[in-house]
Amino acid sequence: MKHMLTMEGVDRPTLDSLLNDADEFFEVMHRPIPKVPALRGKTVATMFFEPSTRTKLSFERAAKALSADILSFSPGTSSLKKGESLKDTVLTVKAMGADLMVVRHSSTGAAWRVAEWTGLPVVNGGDGCHQHPTQALLDSLTLRQHFGSLEGLRIAIVGDIRHSRVARSDVWAFSTLGAGVTLIAPPTLLPPDMTGWPAAARTDFDEVLDEFDAIYLLRVQAERGGASVFPSVAEYRERFGMTDARFNRLKPDTIVLHPGPMIRGIEIDSGPADDPRCKVLSQVTNGVAVRMAVLFQLLGGTREHE
Amino acid sequence: MSEITFQNALIVTGADEAPRVGDVVVADGHIVAVGENLDVRGDVVDCSGSWLGPGFVDVHTHLREPGQEWKEDIATGSRAAAKGGYTAVVAMPNTDPAIDAGHLARFVADRGRQVGLVEVVPAGCITAGRRGEKLAHLDELCGAGVRIFTDDGDTVADAGLLRRAMDYLAERDAVVAQHCVDPGLAAGGQVHEGEVSSRLGMTGVPSEAEEIVIARDIALARLTGVRYHAQHVSTAGAVALVAAAKAEGLPVTAEVTPHHLFFDHTYVEDTDPLYKMMPPLRAPSDVAAVREGLRSGTIDMVATDHAPHADHEKDHAWEEAPFGVTGLEWAAAVVNTIVDLQPADFFRVMAVAPARLAGLATQGRVEPGRPANLVVFDPQGPCETTGTVSRSANSPYLGRALTGAVVHTMYQGRFTIRSGALVEPVGVGG
Repeated sequence: MKHMLTMEGVDRPTLDSLLNDADEFFEVMHRPIPKVPALRGKTVATMFFEPSTRTKLSFERAAKALSADILSFSPGTSSLKKGESLKDTVLTVKAMGADLMVVRHSSTGAAWRVAEWTGLPVVNGGDGCHQHPTQALLDSLTLRQHFGSLEGLRIAIVGDIRHSRVARSDVWAFSTLGAGVTLIAPPTLLPPDMTGWPAAARTDFDEVLDEFDAIYLLRVQAERGGASVFPSVAEYRERFGMTDARFNRLKPDTIVLHPGPMIRGIEIDSGPADDPRCKVLSQVTNGVAVRMAVLFQLLGGTREHE
Repeated sequence: MSEITFQNALIVTGADEAPRVGDVVVADGHIVAVGENLDVRGDVVDCSGSWLGPGFVDVHTHLREPGQEWKEDIATGSRAAAKGGYTAVVAMPNTDPAIDAGHLARFVADRGRQVGLVEVVPAGCITAGRRGEKLAHLDELCGAGVRIFTDDGDTVADAGLLRRAMDYLAERDAVVAQHCVDPGLAAGGQVHEGEVSSRLGMTGVPSEAEEIVIARDIALARLTGVRYHAQHVSTAGAVALVAAAKAEGLPVTAEVTPHHLFFDHTYVEDTDPLYKMMPPLRAPSDVAAVREGLRSGTIDMVATDHAPHADHEKDHAWEEAPFGVTGLEWAAAVVNTIVDLQPADFFRVMAVAPARLAGLATQGRVEPGRPANLVVFDPQGPCETTGTVSRSANSPYLGRALTGAVVHTMYQGRFTIRSGALVEPVGVGG
């Protein structure tokens, strides 16, 4: 594996291997000194061209726990605003000695271009509405921890599928790991053409509410035009929000996931958000573990921690 | 002036007659004889195996001058045109400033004459500054020789404003050419709406964004009687609309670009901005429809939409890169490689029909008495795709195998390309 760019086409053994490594790093994270020397001397550059707090922190936490050094880039402090091309920006950071780049960008395909230009291993930290592969890994890890396996699970992903790189990553990972995936959204938030997607789509959440083992709620992304594609936030909440009433109608062992940040009162009410069956904080912890696994595998780290 | 005899070429005159193998004699800048076994005069150029026909005419070229000379200018764009076998190009008016007044059109034509490699024909804006608010100086532009009017790069979205432009231009026998993309339906669009856009998570431009503009404009052409030209037609539905308008007898024409003939939207999957254009690369069924439309004559001509952008502008991720690719140097080879056309039809779509649309009396014909604007094209020759003479290299054809070579280009009786090599004019500034 040279890069981690997309979940599309990643096979089962690759996913299993990453999740197994993530299990080990999860254990490392809970040691008294949660740090291993696996990537000592390596430098990870976090190139976040789009504002992000949690994903960037998570990658940097993962790199530090592996004893890697970090070059941290944010658009606010860069020459991009002065008109520098993306290519020049990443080549500049490469010249400072980066061994791997984590790239988040508002445009589809950015991480592919960076991989082409730099020749470095690249982790896609989210490109436009396209892919966010480490999110799919952390979601898969969370489901695997809870259920033991994704084999045969029925998972609903609810919300702004059209603008969601999380959904575009999760459908591939979940289905490859054996789960059945249903995408649920109003028609304006479903992709226009889902030919070839390993998932079913429907628009009637309440009809199928009690059929799922896990409900994955997406944030309504107002900044991507989400708010102009349904009549009102109240109407969205009424049909697709995880209200207390809807939560009570789920099967008693159904869990709820969310990529964060959660917008309480729209896609989720506080009752379900604070319920032990809501796994948001486990997802955050697992995010560090899977990113450790990805960095470790891409940079060919050594297993001195075993 | 020197005399030249082109021998043993398959001659396509551009008139309604069968091509035949023969000779063409050029003297004093003009064609003086066309026929078989003519007496040799001056330089003899053997053209065995090649086609000789009217120089290609491009009704859709972005030369970027004035205002964006880092991408291209009239000299570098003229070189690319000559290399591609062109003897005339219509310069799109989306420059800075936009060509919306007479003196600006004269500047473009004058620069073209100074360079002297190809006839540079200015197109004019429909609306002032291409802002879509009020009419440009249409009378002035007509007076400066403008025949084709367009806000290319943007669609004239306001039907009332477009209707007034059509009313105004109909009596002048001018052409209203439209960049057909409904701005509301295409808002934020980066690629063709479909399977590929959905998987890539990018906002799509549905085929209907093009088709509703063409349908509306055909209705307005019927209302006003203006000559209407649909630019860079890219969908099967658009081809059907043009066919219906023609069947009705309306003065409607259409063009297709080499890239819409060659590539479909699966080329976008790698998100290389080299494949980013507007209209976007469409579905394979659309590509089949535009190829068939060109073959059948529903689509009248090939137009390059040659759109140079500097490397640093394409060195971004997809959604931040500009739309457009260059094409002048490879258009003829693209058409020759992928569309099954007889020699006469090849020159019809590359030279005759575009010359007629642009109203160019000295282009589009090989016959005695006319200025020698012609091209010798070897349909079996290898097309050079290793480099470009344009200032910009944003071409999806570089490195591709294409068949068909521009061997000689002659503009006003002077070689601009001889044996594939550029011949700069003597004593004129480029």
